[in-house]
This record gives sequence, structure tokens and C-alpha cells, in this order.
Amino acid sequence: MSTTEETSAAKDQSQDRQKRMIAGHFDKLAESEERGEKCVYTYVPGNLTELLLSFDVNPVLPEINALQSGMRGLSKEYITLAEKEGHSEDVCTYVKCDIGMKRAGNIGPTGKRLPNPNLLLLSYTGCFTFLKWFELLREEYDCPVTMLHVPYQADGKITDEMRKYVVDQMKKKTIPALEKMTGKKFDIDRLRELLARSAKAEDDLVAVLESAKNKPSPIDAYFGGVYYIGPIFTAFRGTEDAVAYYRELREEVEERVRLGKGPIIPSGELKEEKYRLVVEGPPNWTSFRKFWDMFTDEGAVVVASTYTKVGGVYDDGFRHDPDRPLESLAEYCLGCYTNLNLPARVDKLAGYVKDYEADGLLINSVKSCNSFSAGQLMILREVENRTGVPGGFIESDLVDPRYFSAANIKNRLESYFQMIEQKRAQGVTR
Amino acid sequence: MSTTLEATKDTSPLAKLISDCEELIRDTSLSTVQAWKERTGGIAIGFMPTYIPRELLHAQGVLPVGIMGAGDIEIIRGDAYYQSYICHIPRSTIELGLNGSLDCLDGMVFPAICDVIRNLSGMWKMMFPTKLVHYLDVPQDFHAEMGGEFYRHDLEALSAKLVEAGAKPLTSEALAESIRLYNENGRRVRALYDLRRREPWRVPTAELYVILRAGLILPVEEHSIMLDRFLELVQAEDDRTPMDQARVILTGSFCEQPPLGLIKTLERAGCYIVDDDFVQVSRWFKHDISEEGDPLGALVDAFLTDAFASPTRYIDEDEKGRELVERVQSSGAEGVLFCAPSFCDPALLDQPMETAAVTRAGIPWTAFKFSEDTGQFQVIREQAGTFADSIKLWS
Repeated sequence: MSTTEETSAAKDQSQDRQKRMIAGHFDKLAESEERGEKCVYTYVPGNLTELLLSFDVNPVLPEINALQSGMRGLSKEYITLAEKEGHSEDVCTYVKCDIGMKRAGNIGPTGKRLPNPNLLLLSYTGCFTFLKWFELLREEYDCPVTMLHVPYQADGKITDEMRKYVVDQMKKKTIPALEKMTGKKFDIDRLRELLARSAKAEDDLVAVLESAKNKPSPIDAYFGGVYYIGPIFTAFRGTEDAVAYYRELREEVEERVRLGKGPIIPSGELKEEKYRLVVEGPPNWTSFRKFWDMFTDEGAVVVASTYTKVGGVYDDGFRHDPDRPLESLAEYCLGCYTNLNLPARVDKLAGYVKDYEADGLLINSVKSCNSFSAGQLMILREVENRTGVPGGFIESDLVDPRYFSAANIKNRLESYFQMIEQKRAQGVTR
Repeated sequence: MSTTLEATKDTSPLAKLISDCEELIRDTSLSTVQAWKERTGGIAIGFMPTYIPRELLHAQGVLPVGIMGAGDIEIIRGDAYYQSYICHIPRSTIELGLNGSLDCLDGMVFPAICDVIRNLSGMWKMMFPTKLVHYLDVPQDFHAEMGGEFYRHDLEALSAKLVEAGAKPLTSEALAESIRLYNENGRRVRALYDLRRREPWRVPTAELYVILRAGLILPVEEHSIMLDRFLELVQAEDDRTPMDQARVILTGSFCEQPPLGLIKTLERAGCYIVDDDFVQVSRWFKHDISEEGDPLGALVDAFLTDAFASPTRYIDEDEKGRELVERVQSSGAEGVLFCAPSFCDPALLDQPMETAAVTRAGIPWTAFKFSEDTGQFQVIREQAGTFADSIKLWS
């Protein structure tokens, strides 16, 4: 994703393509009202991009806008605007950043105004705050809202009843709302085409993410990972652009594996992989580059992360399926990472530590996101107990710079890497 | 929990009843529940705040036990599970679980309140693998053929888990009888709320609150008798006469509960609390659940169509704050106290919409936060007192 702070950062070709795609999408959004195109605000987890694209509707994702504001150094001002209006300092800063951005003119990352929504598609997947967020936004905009309630995988599995509930809502609420808004009939064949392209891109994405099992890892699956997931998490699932992007990315990564190279990092290429980490939790966006440097300066590479699964878990075999269009969309929604229960999250993290031969699990616990953060201290202990690798815990926030204490985080990370060294010396880890 | 009204040294039957209730809810070891289990051979299932269908549990011979945190008990292990920016009730609930207080419970039900309580359900599974754990994923779609059907399946799944934990199988006859008993209980609670709206000096909220809290521990049959007794006693209290206090609605305290001392402080600061959202499970529905036809269907239908406008429910086609404004108007309240726990997402994310609605309606309001273990009430006392004074002087 494009940032001002990355202007001097090294990139590979796919990153440049990704940057152009995201910027192009924001330009398209800015021009959508002139072109008479409809826009739907919705969320990353549980997004129904293929369905929206089958109606020629542009998705707008408030979390992406908020994180972009964080990366562009604007979130503090936006959050302050929202707090002045009575939004509590205790709640999600994505929400406050979004409300503040609206107050400040709704200017997107390319400097152009974002369109107002024609519909709010509240895909309530894995995050209770989503529900409140769109209740707040519906007071801001004169447009209809349609709710898609995605049940939680509380017992660690998707039941027939859950799938049916989600599909029924799509059939009886989401699709009719889109038909009404666009004046177009739902075209299931068009949806199937889009889903088939999604599955291709997903295959390549999984290959890219799993390339981190190599030593050295050719990718950073957290900081670099947020670039890799950009297109598939946002507006491009189901498009030819996404297929081409993931094919190119996979080729680049496979070439790096062949050459035995480490990941591209902002300062060039990581020459020595000293620590392989699994990371749980979203990154901090306001000091993204500084945060990443704290890892690369120490030779730490993230080989697997859960944040890159928040918009869809594909590495356990799920693919969008053109033969079961609505059912597979429902399963996609139900399977997003934050919709998994705590035992399933522990299983996944412990599995990552083992499969990616990681030296440790690091949790970046963000104040804003209780969906991720509540229970992370227990997750840490459970994964430590099950894998024997040391756990580390740092705290920051998504887009509130007041909660990113660079010196404190750097100090904790240095101590954590020393702990890994100590364990190595004792023969506990590799 | 703060102590009873020591200052009055009242030995009346009413004071004794209130004192007994306070003792009951202070007893975090749940000795009453243990005694009930020994007496009946039944199982007991805990549940977190807001709403669960207690009728279903009762029909299967289960004692539903409301766990509303642990007040101001010392947290020794619970803090190790949560970051500083997460509310207090999950850490005190874990404390109770780990210190053995909840050993007499055969399981826990976690309603869909927020992400913290949702995640606590998974933590509970890991911490207490031999106990029943159910996350009650109530629908946010309120159409019978979608949310209703899904919710019915969820209730059936809960029922099956209860049987596995040792409860009786569910029968329509038993459920119909349980609905009848809880309807009776709900009518009594609503009658007390009505009386308090009319004559708040007769029914101090600090008393009504502990009476409701007792209903989270006692069997419904016993609690209904207690409610009758309480109504009878407060109606006989002739020395309770109106004072020049401001009538307010208190909102935001539907999950983590304020300390009893805070409720008393608000009343002493000059507020008659004429409506609130404490212990909502006893007033989740505005009317009786239907006693006609399929009882499980009636439970589902009541949830879809007759529930409070809780911040934990999507408002769908409704208007945010409408119900709060109506409650203010119908109760004759003169202001609103937004009294939310720190770090409570549903309450605090709702608050800007709710305050906007009451502002539009010209209703004065003030807001403060608490934690269940808050011990210093002076600042809130001054704020509430000033608010009450401003209402009496200028509204």
C-alpha cells in the first residue's frame, strides 16, 4: 500500500504494480460520482468483492482508508476531531479516524475526495465494532444499510446452519439491496467467472506466503505481507489485475528462492536471516517503516503472520468456488481469522511455528482491536507451552500515534531477540 | 461490593431483606448454588450479562446463575490475562474461575455482548476443558426465516450440550411451564420498575438493584416470592416521602455493573434513578413471552421482536436513541446519566449517537465512566450532584 514514508524504500516489480493498482482504485473512486458509478462501503473481513463487482459496484473499505491516513500522518488529526465530538478515547481508532476523515472532507490517500456511499454493506464478520461503526456511519450518510451477520466459529467449525444463515441473508437481503441500488439483475454466471479468477489468485497468494518455509525466507510475511495481501483484501479479488499481480509476485518470489535470496526490505535486501518469527496481531500504521526497521536492523524476518489472514484464510485449503458461488462466499466470510475461536487461533499459531520453523512468536497487541487483542496473553502462553519457542509481547495501536512508543518497543524487541539467543545457547531453539 | 446501609442500623424486615440480598451477591463462592445442587441433584450453569434464555435452562432442570463480575475483590491472577486497556469484568470473571469460586458451576454461557466476552468463551474452553462452554451467538438479523431459524438452531445446540452436561432433555411441556414462571417473574420486575417510575422515593435503586441481582442466583420460583415480599414491604414504608431530587435515567451499565456504592452515591447526590439498564436479563423483553403454541418458537419470536434496544443488538430499521428518548419521556425523567464501564465498546461506541439523540430531544445529560472495582466516588458525586442541581434550578 502506498505511503509517504516509503518513497525512498526499495521495491520489487510486484510492489510497484501493487502500488499502481491501489492508487488507480482510489482515483477510480474519486471519479465514480462523475461517471455515475455506484459505491458500497464495506469491510475487509467478510468482504463480498466478487458479488459487488458482478454488479459493477466499487467497494470502499473504511479500514483501508483509516490505515492509509495513519501511514500518511493524518490519523492523529482525524482522531482528535472525533474525540472532540464526544467519541471516547477508549474505543477503536479506525472508527474515530474514519469519522474524523469525514469531518475533514473525506479526502482519500491520493488527495482526492472519496465518494459518499450508495449503500452500506455491513458485513459483521469477526469484529463487533464493525456493527457500531456502520451504525455511526448511517447517521452520516443518507443511504440504505444492509446487514450480513456472519456467525462466529465458537466451536471451531462451520456448521450447515451457519452457512445457510449467511447464504439466506445474501439471497434475501444483500443481493436484492444491490439489485435495487444498481437497477441490475443479479448475474450468477458473472459471479462464477469472478470467483474462478479469485481462486487462481488465491493459489498464487498461498504459494507466496508458504515460500517463507524456505531458508532464508524470500519474503517478510508481515510487513511485506501487507503489500502482498493489499489487492486481494481490497477491491481486486476476482479481477484479471489480481490474477496478473499474484502470478507476477509468485514468479518473483520463486526466483528469489532459486537464488537463495532473503526478502526485499525498505533499505534493499535482507542479507542475513538471524531470527524467524511468527507474528500475531495487526501492525502499527503510523510508524510502519520505523517499526519494520526495528526487525530488519536485527536480522529478524517474519515468516508467518495472522494479520495477513484477517481478510481471508487460504492456507488451509479454502478457495472461492465458482461451482458453489454463494456457499463459498459464506465459507470465506465464516473462515476469516478473527472469526476463529481462541483455541483455533492457538492451533494455527502453533502450527505456523512448527511448519515455518520459527524461533519465536511475537504478539503486537493493539489497543484498538479487542477482536484480536482480548485473549492474546493466554494465546502467548499456550503457544509457548505447546511449541517450546519463546514468546514476546509488545503493545501499540493501529492508527493512534499516541500509543506507539518507539523506544519502549525497540527495547522490548531487543530483549526478546536476546532471549531467543539465550534459548539457542541452551539448545532450546534452532 | 459496598456494605449495607450501616448508617441507618435499620432492623426492619425490609432492611433485613436487602441485607440478605447484599450478602447473597457478595458471596462469590456461590454457596447458595452449591446448596441448591446438593438439594436437587440438578446442574448449574453460569452466564455472563445481557441476555440468555433462562427459560430453556430451567426447563431442563438447570439453575441459571448470572455472573456479573466480582465487584471489588482483589484480582491476583485475572490481570495476567488482560492488557490494561481491556475492561474489568473478564479479568474478575477469570479470577473467580481460577480461585475456585465457580467450581460449583457445570458450565458457562457467554452471550454475544462484544469481542472481549466472545473471546473469553474461547479462553474458558481452554481453561476449563471439562466444563460446558457455549457462546450464544444471538442473531443480528431479525427476520424469522433467517435470524429466527439460525437462533432456533443455536438454542437446540445449547439444549443438546446441556443434556451432555447432565441436564434433562428438553420437552415442550417443561419449556411452556418455565416460560410461564419467568413471565410471572418478569411481570413482578416490571411492576417494581413501574412503581419506581411513579414513586422513586419508595423504591431506591440501590435496593431494587440488589433484589434483581439476587434473582441471578436464586431459582426463579424463590425470586418471584422475594419480589412479592419486596413490593409489599416498600409499599408499607410510609416514612419514605418525596424529596426534591432530579429524576434521571441511567444508561450504559448493561454488562459490567457499577459498584453498589456508586449507585448509592448517585442517589445521595440528588438523583432519583427512575429507569436503568442493570441486570437486563430480567427485563430483556418488554412484554410476556407468548404462552401459546410452540414454546421454543415463542422464545425465538420474543428475541426477534420484543427485546430492549440494547447496544449489543443491531438497530436494523430503528433509529438510534429513539427508545432511550421514549423511555425518558414515558418515565418523566428530567435527564440522562451515561454511566458506562471504562473500555466498554458497545456502550462507548453507542454513546455519541445516544447523546446526539437526547440532545436533539432537548434532554439534559452528563457522562462518566466507572469500573466494577471503582472505590472513589467523590468526583462522580460532585458531577451527579451538579447535574441534579442544574436540572432542579434551570430545567
